Amino acid sequence: MATYTEYPPKGYRVRMSTYWWLGKWPYLKFTLREISSVFVAWFVIETLLQINALIGGPAAYTEFQDFFRNPLVIALNVISLFFVVFHTFTWFNLAPKAMAVRMGGKRVPNILISGPNYAAWVVVSAVLAWLLLRG
Amino acid sequence: MAEQIAVEVTRFSPERDKTPSIQSFDVPLRKEWVVLDALNYIKDKVDGSLSFRWSCRMGVCGSCGMMVNGEPKLTCATFLTDYAPGPVRIEPLKNFPVMRDLIVEINDFLGKLSKVKPWIIRQKEKPVTEGEYLQTPEQLDTYKQFSMCINCLLCYAACPVYGLDPMFSGPAALALAQRYNMDSRDEGKEERMDILSQHDGIWGCTFVGECTQVCPKHVDPAGAIQQYKLTATQEWFKSFIMPKGAK
Ligand code: SF4
Ligand code: FES
Repeated sequence: MATYTEYPPKGYRVRMSTYWWLGKWPYLKFTLREISSVFVAWFVIETLLQINALIGGPAAYTEFQDFFRNPLVIALNVISLFFVVFHTFTWFNLAPKAMAVRMGGKRVPNILISGPNYAAWVVVSAVLAWLLLRG
Repeated sequence: MAEQIAVEVTRFSPERDKTPSIQSFDVPLRKEWVVLDALNYIKDKVDGSLSFRWSCRMGVCGSCGMMVNGEPKLTCATFLTDYAPGPVRIEPLKNFPVMRDLIVEINDFLGKLSKVKPWIIRQKEKPVTEGEYLQTPEQLDTYKQFSMCINCLLCYAACPVYGLDPMFSGPAALALAQRYNMDSRDEGKEERMDILSQHDGIWGCTFVGECTQVCPKHVDPAGAIQQYKLTATQEWFKSFIMPKGAK
C-alpha cells in the first residue's frame, strides 16, 4: 500500500549524455556552427601571418608562400573555407531573428534583412576577387 | 479485432524503483485518437496506476507535454496514427526531474518565471477612476506572439543549454520577460534588465534554436532572446557613452 509522503523525494534526474549533440541533426548543426568559429579564427591568424611576412620583406614572404603550398595547409584551408562559408550562411540567416524591424506597423520580412547582408557579401567578395586576380 | 499499436510508456514509482523502466501496452489505433487518448485508454482499461498530467485536451492548458518518440510534444495535439505502425514511445519531458511515471517536477521553471517579473510594472499606478491604460493594435502586435505561451515547457525539454546548466533561465521565462518589456503599458524594463542580462539570463543562450522549432504556439523564444541580446548590448554601449544618468 502506498503511503502519503509529506516531503516527496526529489525525483529522478536523467543526466544528459556527453554525446547529446550527435543524436539529432539540429543539435549537430548547432555544434558545427559553434566549431566554425575555430576556423574563422584560423583565417584571421593566417591574415596576420601574411601581413607579418609582408613587413618582413621578400625573403620572409617567399617563406610564407612555401609554407602555404604544403598540401596539409591547403587541405586545412579548404576545410576552413567550408566552415567559414557555413558560418556566414548561418549568421546571415540568424540576423532577421535578432532584428525585429517594424515598418508601417508590420514586421519587415526576413528576406529584407538577410538579403542586403548576402548582397553586401557578394559585392565585397567580387571587389576583392577583382583586386587580387586582375594582375 | 481493430488495429492495435504498441505504446511504450515510462514507469517510475519513487517509493518502489531506483530508476525508471519501460512498459509496453497494446492500444487500439483509432484515426481520431491523439497520444493522450491512448494514455487515457491505458489508465481506464488496463492499468489505473499510470500517472500523467493533462487537462484541456485542446492545446490550451499546457500540461500534457511529454516526449513522443524522443520529441517534445503536446500529447493532446499529436495524432497516434502519425506513429503507425508503432511502437510509439512516451517518456516524461526531458531535462526535468521525474516524479512518477510521466509526471515531472516543474518548480524550477515556476521559480524562474516569477523572477523575471512577468507582469506589467508601473512606476506609479494611476487611479482606477482615470480608466485603463490604452494600447493601439500596432502596439499589441509587437509582443502578441510572445504572449501566446502556455507554459507547456516543450522548449525547456528541447534546450540543451538548460539540460546541461539547470541555472539557465530558459526559453519561455525569457520570452515572457520580453513580452512585458515590449508592452507599451509597461515601465519595468530596467528592473528586468538586471535579472535578464546576467550570465544565467539571455547570455546563457547559445542560439541552438530548437525551442522555437518545438513550440506549439509559435512563440519563437529563440527570437525573443536574440532580440533582447541586441537591446542589452545597445544599453551597454549607451552606458559607456553616458556613464552618468543613464539607466
Ligand atoms: S514558449 Fe512555446 S514551447 Fe515554451 S512553454 Fe511557451 S508555449 Fe510552450
Ligand atoms: S491537455 Fe491541455 S494542452 Fe494538452
